[in-house]
Amino acid sequence: MAESRSRLYQGNEACVEGAIAAGMRFFAGYPITPSTEIAELCSVRLPQVGGTFIQMEDEIASMAAVCGASLAGLKAMTATSGPGFSLKQENIGFAAEAEIPCVIVNVQRVGPSTGMPTSPAQGDLMQARWGRHGDQEIVALSPAYVEEVYSLTVEAFNISEELRTPVILLMDEVVGHLREKVTLPKPGDLVIKDRKKPAPGSRYLPYAPGEGEDGDIPPLGVFGDGFRFHVTGLTHGPEGFPTNSPNVGEPQIKRINSKISSRREKLCKAEELFTEEADVLVVSFGCSARSAKKAVKDLRAMGVKVGLLRLITVWPFPEHLIQRIAARQLKAVVVPEMNLGQLAREVRRCLDGRAPVIGVNRVAGKLIEPADIIRAVQEVR
Amino acid sequence: MGSDLTRYLRVEKLPHIWCAGCGHGIVTQAIVRAIDELGLDPVKVTIVSGIGCSSRAPGYMNFDTLHTTHGRAIAFATGVKLARPELKVIVITGDGDAAAIGGNHLIHAARRNIDLTVICYNNTVYGMTSGQYSPVTPLGSFASTAPYGMVERPFDLCELVMGAGGTFVARSTTYHARHLTNVIKQAIQHKGFSFVDAFSQCPTYFGRRNNMRDALAMLNWYKENAVSRDDWAKIPPTQRGSKFPIGVFKDEEAPEYCESYRKVIEKAMKEGDAK
Amino acid sequence: MEGKTRLWDVKINSKWCKRCGLCVAFCPRGVLKLDDEGRPVVVDIAHCTGCLLCEMHCPDFAIAVKRSE
Repeated sequence: MAESRSRLYQGNEACVEGAIAAGMRFFAGYPITPSTEIAELCSVRLPQVGGTFIQMEDEIASMAAVCGASLAGLKAMTATSGPGFSLKQENIGFAAEAEIPCVIVNVQRVGPSTGMPTSPAQGDLMQARWGRHGDQEIVALSPAYVEEVYSLTVEAFNISEELRTPVILLMDEVVGHLREKVTLPKPGDLVIKDRKKPAPGSRYLPYAPGEGEDGDIPPLGVFGDGFRFHVTGLTHGPEGFPTNSPNVGEPQIKRINSKISSRREKLCKAEELFTEEADVLVVSFGCSARSAKKAVKDLRAMGVKVGLLRLITVWPFPEHLIQRIAARQLKAVVVPEMNLGQLAREVRRCLDGRAPVIGVNRVAGKLIEPADIIRAVQEVR
Repeated sequence: MGSDLTRYLRVEKLPHIWCAGCGHGIVTQAIVRAIDELGLDPVKVTIVSGIGCSSRAPGYMNFDTLHTTHGRAIAFATGVKLARPELKVIVITGDGDAAAIGGNHLIHAARRNIDLTVICYNNTVYGMTSGQYSPVTPLGSFASTAPYGMVERPFDLCELVMGAGGTFVARSTTYHARHLTNVIKQAIQHKGFSFVDAFSQCPTYFGRRNNMRDALAMLNWYKENAVSRDDWAKIPPTQRGSKFPIGVFKDEEAPEYCESYRKVIEKAMKEGDAK
Repeated sequence: MEGKTRLWDVKINSKWCKRCGLCVAFCPRGVLKLDDEGRPVVVDIAHCTGCLLCEMHCPDFAIAVKRSE
């Protein structure tokens, strides 16, 4: 009887297994609730697959080490929560500017500041997008189920390798600590993407756009392979050296943004329930979307024409999806989230007044329950 | 430098941005000369730097080069080294970059004894931002943020790194260019965390404010105040004045971090097979 | 110092040289002098012993001391 491929994983555990399946062979991290299990499991699992785990002296160092390991040819990851996520921002920005593939897992907890380390929240949504100085787009995926943590971690690595960019896996304490069944893919079924590498012996320009559809993503050499190339956080030209010239700098800055924004629809993953005939649309993500799905199903059973849009890709923000659904005259959009309305803000921006947006918000660790959402939908006139 | 050494430079990027008389070019040349005399394979040398005047050096050096964020070069270099231990990873940093914002990474990398060679271009000032004092600016000297004289007691970077566990620690100066090259060679060859405190004159911001008119005056100050390690030990502390020791202060063997971790991998994979 | 064969060549890259004067100061044999624009020039190559003090103290990588062919 073939060995069963179903496992009972904790969310944080599914993240590690997914990362290893994706080819991650370097983890640098620092203990912080509620993500520490990811570091602990990496310290056990990585050496078993010839990989390297290191607990660095702080989160800044962890993010730096991840960038270094990636440039030396390994798929690299770090994991943290709010306070560490704040500390990592500068080096995430470096990874975006220098176009270094890597994955940053943020298992969100109640903030601000030390907040409630063991309680869930979703208050880092905007920080994931705007946490760095300067203009740079980023990709952020948000799982709501443990099985999805596994698949989205693989997806995060694939996107980071394909687009030469940091990718944020925006989890929360609920999904991180929950245990659910995960069915592992059959060996060989998993699609794994690797970075384009320059042809050996070619004159390598690490930041020069090329032809073709993915021409805006330059190949990435590996330190030690003989390309002897330069990587810097200074605004740079195609060959990677510092520039103060607006003519040279602007295309580079615009390209690290457009390479993501121009692929918005391709990058967008979402789950839709009954959205084509909804009068009221519920939009949510992560742990809150679990309650939202239950609420929507219960309301449908009561004959309420309500639909659910669960965002899986949160950045780049799926404006096109919201605008498509809102093309039909919606009475209202209800946005349950464990913060004071960060997602609702984006939804309002996209709707541009076409429908009222009603938040269902909790900030101090208490979960949003289906009943809270049902009440909010029923109150819509 | 003849063509035998300029082949290690990105000549198309020269002249460099450092001020006339700045010592950083002398230290950079000493590194290049050390690499050449050791016959290292340039393909397997990666140079990592932070932010500041010192940290522009890799841009001019014909290797895989990584110019990172302020203070974090050693942490980036740790990732490079662990991911590809066969690389010779050299970190170029400044006194502010390494011991102010980067102090935490400096002491932990030393503690771990990971095989990195850290060359600190020590000009006791923040040159890039035009002259603020740094954690090693001598007591009483002047800087743009110490207009009334420095009142903070400075680090001795060699003592700091030795205290943190670094297994090769040395100091030299741009006046003693040949000696500087030799200690850099030893540092590169050392297996484990090696640190070279390279005094390098900043005439523009430090010299000008501390009555050393130009590079030559600063180099003469190094000449007059540098004392060999053994002579230093004979001078009673009260009579040291502005003198400082140069030479190799520590050269010990200790388990190197990448090798220790390779054993962890072997152990984990063996246990994995045993299951 | 006639009859002294020329053992060393000293070449100065004026594109890189920032005229800091250190080479002239370090040369123990007066081989180098600053011209009236402060540029180092070789004035007495015969006295050069190939000690490399000028090359090693040049912050601009601008001096190459070579054995004469």
